[in-house]
Amino acid sequence: MMCQDCGQNPATVHISQNINGEQTELYLCASCAQARGLLGPGGFPQFSLQDLLAGLLNAQKAGLEAEEPEAPGRLRCGLCGLSYRDFARAGRLGCSRCYREFAAQLEPLLRRIHGSTRHTAKMAGAQARRAPQTETGDLERLRQELQACVSREDFERAAEIRDRIRELERKGK
Amino acid sequence: MGSDAPGPASGAGPWETDEAGKWLDGTGPEAGMVVSSRVRLARNLEGHPFPHLLDQAGGEKVLSLAQDVTREINNFGHFGEFKHLRLASLRPLDRRVLVEKHLISPHHAEGGGSRGVILNREGTVSIMVNEEDHFRIQCLSSGLDLAGAYDVAGRIDDLMGERISYAFDPRLGYLTACPTNVGTGLRASVMMHLPALVMTDQAGRVTTAMSKVGVVVRGFFGEGTQASGDYFQISNQITLGRSEASILDDLGAVVREVSRQEAEARESLLRGRRHSLEDRVWRAYGVLGSARILSTDEAMRLLSEVRLGVELGFLPRIPIRVLNRLLVVTRPGYLQRLAGRELAPADRDLRRAELVRRALRSWNGRGGPGRGDPAAGAP
Repeated sequence: MMCQDCGQNPATVHISQNINGEQTELYLCASCAQARGLLGPGGFPQFSLQDLLAGLLNAQKAGLEAEEPEAPGRLRCGLCGLSYRDFARAGRLGCSRCYREFAAQLEPLLRRIHGSTRHTAKMAGAQARRAPQTETGDLERLRQELQACVSREDFERAAEIRDRIRELERKGK
Repeated sequence: MGSDAPGPASGAGPWETDEAGKWLDGTGPEAGMVVSSRVRLARNLEGHPFPHLLDQAGGEKVLSLAQDVTREINNFGHFGEFKHLRLASLRPLDRRVLVEKHLISPHHAEGGGSRGVILNREGTVSIMVNEEDHFRIQCLSSGLDLAGAYDVAGRIDDLMGERISYAFDPRLGYLTACPTNVGTGLRASVMMHLPALVMTDQAGRVTTAMSKVGVVVRGFFGEGTQASGDYFQISNQITLGRSEASILDDLGAVVREVSRQEAEARESLLRGRRHSLEDRVWRAYGVLGSARILSTDEAMRLLSEVRLGVELGFLPRIPIRVLNRLLVVTRPGYLQRLAGRELAPADRDLRRAELVRRALRSWNGRGGPGRGDPAAGAP
C-alpha cells in the first residue's frame, strides 16, 4: 500500500483513530507521518497511552463532579501526595496507596478498561500462602463455566457448579 | 561498581556481544509468521512512590535492590548469568542498541534519573528497573511460545517476590503506576509478520477486528510505536479479572486465527497475482543483493518481501534466523555498535547495504554463512 498523503512512498505507518465512534484509518510513509506531527524524531510516535487514558478520565470526571458535592480533584494521597487532578492529567497513580485513596473514582475506570474490578489470578506474598493459586484459578474457570451453562440453559449442571463455587469461596475466607 | 561500567567502544566483552538475541532464532511453533513472543510482568514495591514520583534517594534504593535481586538470581543459578546495568553509566549509543534488541523501551532509554536494567547473556530476559513501574520483568522467546516466555518470567517473579514486598492488593492484584496494567501486570505480545494481509489491504480490517476482542496492535518496538514493514505486535489489553493462563490462551488463539488469515491471503495472492508476486520478491532480493545505499525503512520493507519470497518457495532458502537478525543488526544503533564508532546517516546507509549484501551472498542456496557475517549469529 502506498502512503495516502504523498502517494510516492510505501506506507509504513498505520494510524487508527476513533473519534466519537467514527473510525478512521491512515496509512502513511514515515516522512508524511512526521510532517503531520504523528511521529517524533527517530520515528517514534509522540502520542501515548497516557494521553488516551487522561482523555478517558476527563470524560469520566465531568460526570463525577456533577454527582458528587466534593470535587474529586481535591482528593490527595496521604503517602505520595498525588492529587486526583494530577492523576486525571497524567493517567498514572503515584503509589500503591493511591489505589485505596482513590478507590471510588478508580472503580468505574477499571471497569471501563478491564471490564472487571476484581483480581482473580496469581497472588503475592502472604495472600499467595493463604489462598493457593490453583484454587483461585479453579474459581475463575468455574465462574466462566457457570456462565456458559446458563447461556446454553443447562441449569442442572449450572446448579452443581454454583455449589462448587460456594464451597471454594467458603474455604478461601 | 566496576562491573557496572559500560563495555569498551569496540563492542568487545561478553555483555556487549554482537549477538542480536536468541529470540530471533526463527524456531518454535508458527515461526514462519510469528517472529517472537514476549511476556512482561509489571511489579512495584509496597510503600514507595512509583518511579515517576520517586526522588533520587528512593530511585537509588530501588537500584540497589535491583543489585541484590541480580545476585539472588545468579545464586539461584537456574536462569543462567545475569548482570545489572545502570542506564546512566551507558553511552546513548549503547542504550539505543538495547532498544533495538528489544531489551528496554525507547522511553526507558531516553528518560533520565536512576534507571537500570538486569539482563541475561542470551538477550532473552530483561528486567527494567524504574521504568514506569519499579520492575518490569520481560522474557522473549522465538516463535509462538507464550507459555515458555511466561514460565521463565513467572519463576523469576516468584524468586523476586521472596525478597521484595510487592505492592499487592487482594482485590486488585499487583498495583501498577498505570491502571491499564493493574491485576496480573501481565502484557503478553506476539510479533507477527503479515505481508499478505497488508498487500491485500486487509491489515486495517484485521486490526479493527482484533481491537474488538481485547487485543491491541502495536509497532515493532512495542508500546507507543506504530507497525512498520508488515510487522505487527499483538498484545492483550485486559490485565484485571482474568487469570494469566486465560490471557495467554486467548492471545494465542487470536494469533493462530490471524496466522490462518495471513495464510489464506497468501494463497489468494498465489492464485490471483502469482507472477507479479514472484516478480516483486525477486526484485526485493535483487535490490538487497546489489544496492550500495540502503535506508532503515527500505531495508525493513525489502527484508519483509524477501522473507515472504523465501516462505513461498520463490527465493533461495535463506534461514529465517538470518532475516530476523538483519531486522535488528541493520538498525542505526546496532550498525554503529558494529562499526565501533558513531556514523553519519549517509555512512550508515552504505554500511547497511554492505551488511545486507554480505548476509544474502552467504545464503544464495549453496552453503553456510560467510565469514564475519553478524546476521548469521553465533553457531
